[in-house]
Amino acid sequence: MNVLSAAGPIVPDSGGNVLLIVLLLLPLVGSLVMYPLRGNVALAKGVAMAVALLELVLVVLAWVGYDTAAAADGTRFQLEFSASWIPAFGTHIAFGVDGIALVMIALTAFLVPILMLFAWAEKLPEGRTASGYFGLLLATQAMLVGVFAATDVFLFYVFFEAMLIPMYFLIGRFGGPNRQYAAVKFFLYSLLGGLIMLASLIGLFVVSGERLGQGTFTWAELQTMAATVPTSTQIWLFLGFFVAFAIKAPLFPFHTWLPDAGAEAPIVGAVLLVGVLDKVATFGFLRYCLPLFPAASQALAPLVLTLAVVGIIYAALLAVGQTDMSRFVSYTSIAHFGFIALGIFAFSSQAFAGATLYMVNHGLSTGMLFLMVGMLITRGGSRKIADYGGVAKLAPLLAGCLLVAGMSSLALPGTNSFVSEFLVLVGSFPNAPVFTIVATVGIIFAALYVLWFYQRTMQGPVRGDAVTAALERAGAGGPGAMTDPGIAAKRAGTGFADLGRREIAVVTPLIVAIVVLGFFPAPLLDVINPSVTATMQEVGLADPVPVGGTAR
Amino acid sequence: MNAANDVVAVLAQEAITAPAVDGIAVAPLLVVLGGACISVLIEAFLPRHQRWPVQVTWAGLVIVVALVSLAGYALGSPQPVVTLGESLSVDSPTLFLWGTLLLLGIPSLLMIADRSVEPGGAFIPSAAERAASRVGGGGTGGTGGSSEHADRSYGLPGQAPTMQTEMFPFVLFALGGMMAFVAANDLLTMFIALEVLSLPLYLMCGLARRRRLLSQEAAVKYFLLGAFGSAFFLYGVALLYGYSGSVRLSEISAAAAGSTRSDTLLFAGLALLLVGLLFKGSVAPFHTWTPDVYQGAPTPVTAFMAACTKVAAFGAIARVLYVAFGSTRWEWRGVLWAIAVLSMAVGAVLGLTQTDVKRMVAYSSIAHAGFLLLGTMAITPEGTSGTLFYLLAYGFTTVAVFGVISLVRDSEGEASHLSQWAGLAKRSPVVAGVMTFLLLALAGLPLTSGFTAKFAVFSAALSDGMAPLVVIALVASAVAAFFYLRVIVLMYFSEPAADGPTVVVPGAFTTAAITLGVLVTLLLGILPTPALQWAGAGAFSG
Repeated sequence: MNVLSAAGPIVPDSGGNVLLIVLLLLPLVGSLVMYPLRGNVALAKGVAMAVALLELVLVVLAWVGYDTAAAADGTRFQLEFSASWIPAFGTHIAFGVDGIALVMIALTAFLVPILMLFAWAEKLPEGRTASGYFGLLLATQAMLVGVFAATDVFLFYVFFEAMLIPMYFLIGRFGGPNRQYAAVKFFLYSLLGGLIMLASLIGLFVVSGERLGQGTFTWAELQTMAATVPTSTQIWLFLGFFVAFAIKAPLFPFHTWLPDAGAEAPIVGAVLLVGVLDKVATFGFLRYCLPLFPAASQALAPLVLTLAVVGIIYAALLAVGQTDMSRFVSYTSIAHFGFIALGIFAFSSQAFAGATLYMVNHGLSTGMLFLMVGMLITRGGSRKIADYGGVAKLAPLLAGCLLVAGMSSLALPGTNSFVSEFLVLVGSFPNAPVFTIVATVGIIFAALYVLWFYQRTMQGPVRGDAVTAALERAGAGGPGAMTDPGIAAKRAGTGFADLGRREIAVVTPLIVAIVVLGFFPAPLLDVINPSVTATMQEVGLADPVPVGGTAR
Repeated sequence: MNAANDVVAVLAQEAITAPAVDGIAVAPLLVVLGGACISVLIEAFLPRHQRWPVQVTWAGLVIVVALVSLAGYALGSPQPVVTLGESLSVDSPTLFLWGTLLLLGIPSLLMIADRSVEPGGAFIPSAAERAASRVGGGGTGGTGGSSEHADRSYGLPGQAPTMQTEMFPFVLFALGGMMAFVAANDLLTMFIALEVLSLPLYLMCGLARRRRLLSQEAAVKYFLLGAFGSAFFLYGVALLYGYSGSVRLSEISAAAAGSTRSDTLLFAGLALLLVGLLFKGSVAPFHTWTPDVYQGAPTPVTAFMAACTKVAAFGAIARVLYVAFGSTRWEWRGVLWAIAVLSMAVGAVLGLTQTDVKRMVAYSSIAHAGFLLLGTMAITPEGTSGTLFYLLAYGFTTVAVFGVISLVRDSEGEASHLSQWAGLAKRSPVVAGVMTFLLLALAGLPLTSGFTAKFAVFSAALSDGMAPLVVIALVASAVAAFFYLRVIVLMYFSEPAADGPTVVVPGAFTTAAITLGVLVTLLLGILPTPALQWAGAGAFSG
């Protein structure tokens, strides 16, 4: 059925490889086990970490098992599984990964143990236990695996909606002071988008029933049908999916929920939310919007590109003006999502590859930025930028790590984000030169907001209410004290301590990933490239910049 | 004169023959109605303290026997039959609706029979009765004391607490009426069935043990408006008879298809008929009774009414539209579009402003009625099966929701004000978890029956050319999700009030009812195929 495929896609209902199902069920079972373990927090944490690490091992197995050569030869999905689910609706329990989905699943599996380590000693709101916290993290991970691995559009939708629930509770139960508002806003925005998508989903089902004789949700079958659907129909269906994804990403006019949710969520929730969960939207653009509605995607690309570029500039400007660190990071993310959307709707496989790589890199760099901000908040107890100053004197390691995260976020050459941002810009230029040029301005703003943030919080004399309060609590004295506060902090041992051993363990894998991928992105690109080439073919446009020339 | 003589002659020649009865096909209906009559006799002849156990056993037995006979008949994949003088049509949707009603009857009956949540059961007929019970049942000279003790002493001393057992024949009669209602092949049968199902419901609404004024107000309101609704229905029947010369659904359809007469009578009749039917289905703008009655009626009765009446009403609406007005659908559909939009909007928007859980669920039911109307308007096999499946899914979720509502109590009885639900998750994580799941099902999130049902109905509507309505319905779902979510927020994220309500540990009956509702909600969300196949086994016929 798939013309690209030599071996052909999996026959529906024939079973297949269960590895992806195991990847889905393992964290789900892990999260359920947390409930009976709620009395024994230490054991619960241990089990949760063990589950997360086992998941990581299994993902490595999946990565090893993924055959890039076969993908280059036209096998669209690998590790496929298919079983009938609701025949009346033409749905299947169908899983499979292409390179894009695989790197996203890998990113999730990489981040979750790190987040657990970060949350190990976190102070939770009163009456909440870590077992619930870790259980929700695992449940979110399970839903994310499902959403990336689904090859049945209906199943994708199910996970797309279901992943709201653990995230909603993560924000609402473990978040900051204004968490209820943020959780409800997050849920309602996403649900509204999801329901609009449901309208399109039903429409797609009906159209497939008319075109193929039998309504179906199997992605591959819908894709073969895509080219023959009239553009006007495609545009309606596209818009349903697009609005859902634009809210989820978020793109410019739909973004207002993210700063609230990102600021009020607990740090680990924010990392998962911004780092991975929102990527479902950009992943959805690549997997669903483009291949299933190629004509509509091309027709509406100028609109999306405009939103993307407006988002890049507008969010960057807003980021400069933020006074709250978590909101600051959230706004930087909105700017980055603009770049990803630019790459996707510029229609070249190089831009696709850049956008996909950007999704991973953004997860790493923003994730790390959130974690560093979280460490700062743990010490100072305040989210305000103005409450911190001169931290580098007290905690040089923390400041250094924050700088690495910031540099990665502004795409300094040598860090991971540079590769992806460069690929996006190079790949986008032939098809969308004006948009690309405007987007490039965003890079300058990125340098501005990151460096200014760093300067305000880390450089200069020790100052700021949170810092002095922390020092006074430890008896080290504030800036007015006789001894130099930096020395005093060291002498007293606490006050505003530098990174502890656990925290170093948290940041080390992230820094390694940031640097290694900055110089050697090939392992990721090798997995990504065949799939973006296939996506490009599904869109059916000439490829102005094939992936052959990617930076290695 | 001649003609009259002829008639006399004809009457004389042909002794009236009894209509043929396909006994096996209508056995479930006969069992329920017969059981209801015997239940009345039990009420009349047994001493008071024996009534409760006997009535519960009998009613349960009747429903089970009816279900078994239904299953025995349906499993043989029978052809549709029209029987009892062509007054009942036992086709595949009828069998599905009968099954749904009987299955929903089980948890409803369990909740009504429960005496653990409200000591002594939730029902008592009058204030005088209650006062009499204070001095001890049968004049045995109990001294009363606390009101709980007084309630418990109703009956012989040392006996288990007893309640008003007229409830059980009422339930059986209402159930029988509903079953006849959805199977009625002509409008007169439908009218009689409507009365049989309505009258017991009016009475049941007024029997609350607590907050009696609210309960009686609800009963009176329901009765008065219901009587209006019935009158509209009957007037509609008369006009349709005037148009087509028959009250049989299929003959109305035939008359409408093949005639050049003015359509005024036909559509005026349909409009009046629909007023009566939509009233029962609590579709806006005929919904005004719903919040008051849901709030005022004893919660087990509300559960029964919300689930089963909805099934009966929409089963009948679907049959009337499909069989009698399928051929003229393009003429009336615009009006129903407007009604569906109004119902969805009223339910979703006014639901936002409610502060009482039961009223909130009432407005949610109005919104759901709008969704259901989408399915009934699609005169296609998919539309029918989607509607039937939706009714099954919605019914079980609703019963379980009211089951949970009945558990949250303070000294005044049920604590149904939203603010009293704050921090419930801390007091009782299981109840809060169950309620969350059910609310998400009502909101239509995937992996619950609510989603599958919405998908079935909306896809049928979309493929029958109702795309704008589907989009409106989905937006309404998003709006409605807000008030479901508000309850979840209250339960989980708020701190409990110091003197807040307690969660009663329910007895076996209510536990079983809630468990059944939750299991069906989950099962229909994950593995809906058997139910969908059964719902899609055949179309209405008549």
